[in-house]
Amino acid sequence: MGSRAITRISLLAAMIAVLGLLPTFHLPLAGGVPITAQTLGVMLAGIVLGPRQGALSVMLLLLVVALGAPLLAGGRGGLGVFFAPSTGFLLGWIPGAFVTGVVMQRLTKVPVFAAALAAAAAGGIVVVYGCGIVGLMIVAHMGALQAMLATSVFLPGDLVKVIASAFLARGAEQAYPAALGYRS
Amino acid sequence: MMGGYLSRVTWLHRLPAGLKLFTVAGMSIALLPIQDWRILALCLAVVVGVYGALGRDAVRRLSLLKPLVPLLAIIGGLQGLSSRWDEGASVVLRLLVMVLVADLVTMTTTMSALMEAVEPLFRLLGPLGVNSRKIALSVALVLRFIPVLLANWHAREEAWRTRSRRRVPLRIVVLFLIETLRLADHVADALDARGYGRAGRQPKGSR
Repeated sequence: MGSRAITRISLLAAMIAVLGLLPTFHLPLAGGVPITAQTLGVMLAGIVLGPRQGALSVMLLLLVVALGAPLLAGGRGGLGVFFAPSTGFLLGWIPGAFVTGVVMQRLTKVPVFAAALAAAAAGGIVVVYGCGIVGLMIVAHMGALQAMLATSVFLPGDLVKVIASAFLARGAEQAYPAALGYRS
Repeated sequence: MMGGYLSRVTWLHRLPAGLKLFTVAGMSIALLPIQDWRILALCLAVVVGVYGALGRDAVRRLSLLKPLVPLLAIIGGLQGLSSRWDEGASVVLRLLVMVLVADLVTMTTTMSALMEAVEPLFRLLGPLGVNSRKIALSVALVLRFIPVLLANWHAREEAWRTRSRRRVPLRIVVLFLIETLRLADHVADALDARGYGRAGRQPKGSR
């Protein structure tokens, strides 16, 4: 792996952390509802870096969190977060970013906005929620239906982030074509 | 739950990081089959006792569990309603024990000690293409560039606010993302210019 890949993976990981650290971040579409942008960063990692590097970027962030840095939204971090009920979501970010990248790569003939919309929905919602629900079933002994109901609270916010990530992908491609270099 | 190293050195700081990680891993497996809430309550008492033995600043960290309480209440409540109350209690107790034990490691071990402790693991994965030196560099890059990106974001936010009273728009995030990517490419060039990547090999004569 070359230096360019390493620095992109590392700085995207840093960006996911920064998006989580921003106190309340108002997305225009959410009508001013404060939601953390951390999962937006996870979707962007897959969109911008592609499947392999996107997943590595998220893995790197989780490694730094496990080493003790309080980089998750709300200043959480340390080994404990990996034993909390929500750990399925956290670990689900890795395949989530990967699937986002895979979908993005497959849809090269589709305009960036639509491709990113589909990619972020598949990776950031379907995969991450799937892992999160399985995690709740294992760690918290919840039933599948209970776990789904419990997580559905977060769905509106994450749908907003899917749309936001599509806007961002289109904007990034227009302003800096090299941003999505792996698609061409 | 919350990250945060306890800067005052305690007896737990002096134990090797590898041993502490091994204990956490071992406990997470050992606690899994235990269904009796009384045994788990005893474990919790022991763990809280360890916090107490570490000192008052450690006990204060227990209050950082507060954000977890509503979720634990829901989990325990659901479990209690759908089956028996003691099953709900054991699930909640097991979660609490593991989160607290894992946080003990974070509180008493420096990042560099933890990194050193997991490095043999990375080296074991060497044949799969895992390079522990590159991982160490990446971790350092993440930590170094978080304040840089944060300052970058605040500068953009401030520039917007001085010009407009409206909320910071999504466009600003686009610029932030692009800036981050450009910065990454610059840092890569800087690394290459300083001979990173060749550093691991023996220098061949003078260049």
